[in-house]
Amino acid sequence: MADRDPVVTLDAVTVAYGAQRALQDVSAAFAAGAVGLLGPNGAGKSTMIKALLGFIVPTAGRMRVLGRDVASQPLDIRAHVGYMPENDAHIPGMNAVTFVAYCGELAGLPSADAMQRAHEVLFYVGLGEARYRTVETYSTGMKQRIKLAQALVHDPDLVFLDEPTNGMDPKGRDEMLELVRDLSHNKGVNVIVSSHLLPDVEYTCDDVVVIDKGRVATSGPIASLKQPRGQVFELRVKAPEGTEWFVERLRGAGLDCTATEEDVMRVFVPGEAGARELFALAASAHVQVRHLRPSVPTLEDVFAKAVGVE
Amino acid sequence: MSPIHDQGYRRYGGQRTPPGRAWSVIAKAGIRTLLAKRAFIGLLIMAWLPFVVRTVQIYAATSLPQAAFLAPDARMFRQFLEQQEVFLFFITIYAGAGLIATDRRANALQIYLSKPLSRVEYIFGKFTILAAFLLLVTWVPAVFLLIIQIVISGSFKFFIDNLFLFPAITIFSFIQVAAVAFAMLALSSLSNSSRYVGILYTALIFFSQALYGIVYAITRDSRLGWISIAADLNRIGDAIFNVPTRFALSVPLAAIAVVALMAASALVLEKRVRGVEVVA
Repeated sequence: MADRDPVVTLDAVTVAYGAQRALQDVSAAFAAGAVGLLGPNGAGKSTMIKALLGFIVPTAGRMRVLGRDVASQPLDIRAHVGYMPENDAHIPGMNAVTFVAYCGELAGLPSADAMQRAHEVLFYVGLGEARYRTVETYSTGMKQRIKLAQALVHDPDLVFLDEPTNGMDPKGRDEMLELVRDLSHNKGVNVIVSSHLLPDVEYTCDDVVVIDKGRVATSGPIASLKQPRGQVFELRVKAPEGTEWFVERLRGAGLDCTATEEDVMRVFVPGEAGARELFALAASAHVQVRHLRPSVPTLEDVFAKAVGVE
Repeated sequence: MSPIHDQGYRRYGGQRTPPGRAWSVIAKAGIRTLLAKRAFIGLLIMAWLPFVVRTVQIYAATSLPQAAFLAPDARMFRQFLEQQEVFLFFITIYAGAGLIATDRRANALQIYLSKPLSRVEYIFGKFTILAAFLLLVTWVPAVFLLIIQIVISGSFKFFIDNLFLFPAITIFSFIQVAAVAFAMLALSSLSNSSRYVGILYTALIFFSQALYGIVYAITRDSRLGWISIAADLNRIGDAIFNVPTRFALSVPLAAIAVVALMAASALVLEKRVRGVEVVA
């Protein structure tokens, strides 16, 4: 994507359900292209999407989608966005092609165009052969696909996908991720993928906004977030006083260290010192280094660091 | 790796209608769905049988001097609309109970409201479905009877002598249909089960009528008819058609009761028709 202006911005947004605050003073910008909205269950991801669609009115703050104000132009926004909800959702009593065409007409497409688009989009999501079956007879994976089809039928500029791979088998999941990636990288549709699954976000998205407990923990391009100012090492040691003791000693020396197995740990060494600093610390603690391997940082590292989990 | 199912997703370059017309899409789809049901078509045909009877009555009164006592008047039209209440009841349940309830059960509200349509448009679309069928068994046959009277008699005399009849039929039918349809939509938004909604509606109509019956049996005072929705509508109908009434209930009080019912229905719809259900 050449245009990297944000498609969605939130400015000090707070959403409360009674006394419970689902989003607290959230400020974030979602760049054009594919952006992951990452966070554990209950972090506030779905609430954020529903607030952006105008389903929930924030108690404070302002939101803009595709340059339009959510509070004053909700219908204009919804004409240009698609929404794939997290849970099962369909219009009862319709077959797939009628349902998708109906959604197209609701979004403002003329009847004939809506029907043509419905056929095209159903083929695109892989439901071409099943398009005359009623949606109630679909499997979970097929229901996920038809939710994507109804979100795409009116050719939105931005699609919100809430947990798009929920309940899908591995093959179906891979196909769904391919579709999402294709939409954002080849078809020019901006995509915001809400998920608690790191591999899904890492595969489909270029940017990520990590939220936890209703606050933004970190955000930015995934590549730069994974690029630490230092190096990550996987380390296996033999420590006379125990691995935990050595982990504490490394932490005491200012290194970010996580024990992954009995005698294996992942250590982040900031700056340029690299492995030399690790060897020096091990030598001073009379710890034998049995194995040392530079490790590639993953989105999991970014996420764990952002939300403070080990 | 290229997408497995890429059948050529294309951007759309055609025309889009501006927001504000989605209610008609909802209405058309709902009407089509109901007309595809044989049982419902059967119910509609049955609802038109009184129209056939009244047509024969008008024909007999016009053609046979011995049947002149059957000649149509304002009371005949009022009675016709009162007879239609039984069909109004069954069609309201058949066509109305599932209008919002089934959407709630299938989580369709978030699909609808993620499109460029407001909650008011959604409700109006659903209202149009029910109102269209209710008017089809009240206003439409009543107006047809008026036309048939003109055609059979071959003169406009009756129509001119009873010039108030067309507006009376129209105003009363629309008040009746609006009150009933709003109440049913509100009930439909309260549950995910259309069967339960049907029971609720039956209870609302019969309970209010039974309560009024009990109060009347004790007090012998029909001024308390405002308790019953049916009595309120009948009193308003009697006043509009300017025919003798069975109720001592005042028309303004009956009108207030109907307006209160519609306001309560609107309040329920405002709370229940949302893209997300918030349980605080």
